[in-house]
Amino acid sequence: MISFERVSKRYDEGHDALREVSFEIARDDLVFLTGHSGAGKSTLMRLIMLMDRATRGKVIVDGVDLAKVSRRSVPAHRREIGVVFQNHQLLFDRPVFDNVALPLIISGYQYREVGRRVRAALDKVGLLSKERAMPLTLSGGEQQRVGIARAVVGRPKILLADEPTGNLDPQLSAEIMQLFEAFNQVGVTVMIASHDLALISRLRHRILTLKEGRLVSGGTP
Amino acid sequence: MTNSTATLMTFLVIGIALALPVGLSVALDNATRLSEGWQSPSQLSLFLRESVSAEEAEILAVELGQRDDVTSVDFVSSDEALAEFAALSGFADVLASLESNPLPDLLLLTPAAELSGAAISELRTELAARDEVAEAVLDMEWLQRLNSLMELSRRVVLAIGGMLVLGVVLILGNTIRLAIENRRDEIVIVKLVGGSNPFVRRPFLYTGLWYGCGGGLFAAVLVSLCLWFLQAPVSRLAYLYESEFVLQGLGVMGSLNLVIVGGLLGLAGAWLAVTRHLADIEPR
Repeated sequence: MISFERVSKRYDEGHDALREVSFEIARDDLVFLTGHSGAGKSTLMRLIMLMDRATRGKVIVDGVDLAKVSRRSVPAHRREIGVVFQNHQLLFDRPVFDNVALPLIISGYQYREVGRRVRAALDKVGLLSKERAMPLTLSGGEQQRVGIARAVVGRPKILLADEPTGNLDPQLSAEIMQLFEAFNQVGVTVMIASHDLALISRLRHRILTLKEGRLVSGGTP
Repeated sequence: MTNSTATLMTFLVIGIALALPVGLSVALDNATRLSEGWQSPSQLSLFLRESVSAEEAEILAVELGQRDDVTSVDFVSSDEALAEFAALSGFADVLASLESNPLPDLLLLTPAAELSGAAISELRTELAARDEVAEAVLDMEWLQRLNSLMELSRRVVLAIGGMLVLGVVLILGNTIRLAIENRRDEIVIVKLVGGSNPFVRRPFLYTGLWYGCGGGLFAAVLVSLCLWFLQAPVSRLAYLYESEFVLQGLGVMGSLNLVIVGGLLGLAGAWLAVTRHLADIEPR
């Protein structure tokens, strides 16, 4: 589903964020991505959702070579991928419902279908009762779950999560991880970046470890 | 400042910028209408050849007087003209010493009222070609000056209008730019979850359209208010000149056009701002 072939990313200022990274993630897999801050976890995810492009090497997502995706096609590519951001990236002047509905509105869904899908997504993350609440009135864990609901509402094949449990206590973190596992069980390819080794080593999934831009373990399943 | 006051202020700024050239052009249209009333009763002077006798001249006068495009013809014989000139100029003694009358016979011809300036010119050319006529002179010099002045004013209005229209586009462009800046975070998020540039662009284009249409409406109202304000003194003046002149405003169609033009300008300004600033906002 996601395949990296000797991918390097050098930023304009000369910093090598990724060096010769190669791995392959199969459909229906759940993979953790770990490493210290600055090891290249975020860069790797940015390459998958085309916020950046690889300097060298080949990134293939769902059979598509990302080097061949034109600027104009980037939004369509992003709509195929659900992303959970570390800092949530919610619209704080809109209620929860509108936040979750955003990807569907962008894709041009009918109003009734939007309502149905948004409620289904909010139900999955346990926030159905909060659909009219403003994000700022929610706790950090709830905000993160709104972000997850938004990521899955469009039923993407791939779900990326960048430090989804960053600021959460262990119990909330475990709950969030269970959510991701549930999505994985219904056929979504999931990649979660996290430096919470204690948590992810308990979950018995494949772990990709990055160190200074190189993949040091987990490259071959 | 609340959002609605800011919107109202934008409407007003656009409205005033649009009302200036539109008001000037309405004033110019009225002036044109007024001066058209002065164009028709101008006089055509036909100076006859010396070989034409007084009797022949009288016959010509009657013939021309029967034409549809001529209201009246006055025959002024050379003797009458000389007497009049002598009386008015005070050179009677000098003139009396002349051996022969140097003045030609003259037909003063008033064209029909409904003839346009161009038609009168044509009439002049036609009459000048006749054998009896030495020269045909149209007393239109002042009218031509007036027309040139009107043409000049039209150009000035056009130039001012062009500048103000450009101003409107830039004002709106700037307003939309600020709106884009205000919603930068939102745009980033929308792009993160797959919003395309056209999707992000659309609400800003609508905003531009809305500001432009509102501005156009305000401009129409402002122009109507000004006309209403001027109507009473203009009527009074017209009454004193025994004219039935009435100021003509934009009318429903004119106002509608103004709103549409305003909307298009708004759209143009928004497009300018959006194409310049939206592509720069990418998720980092």
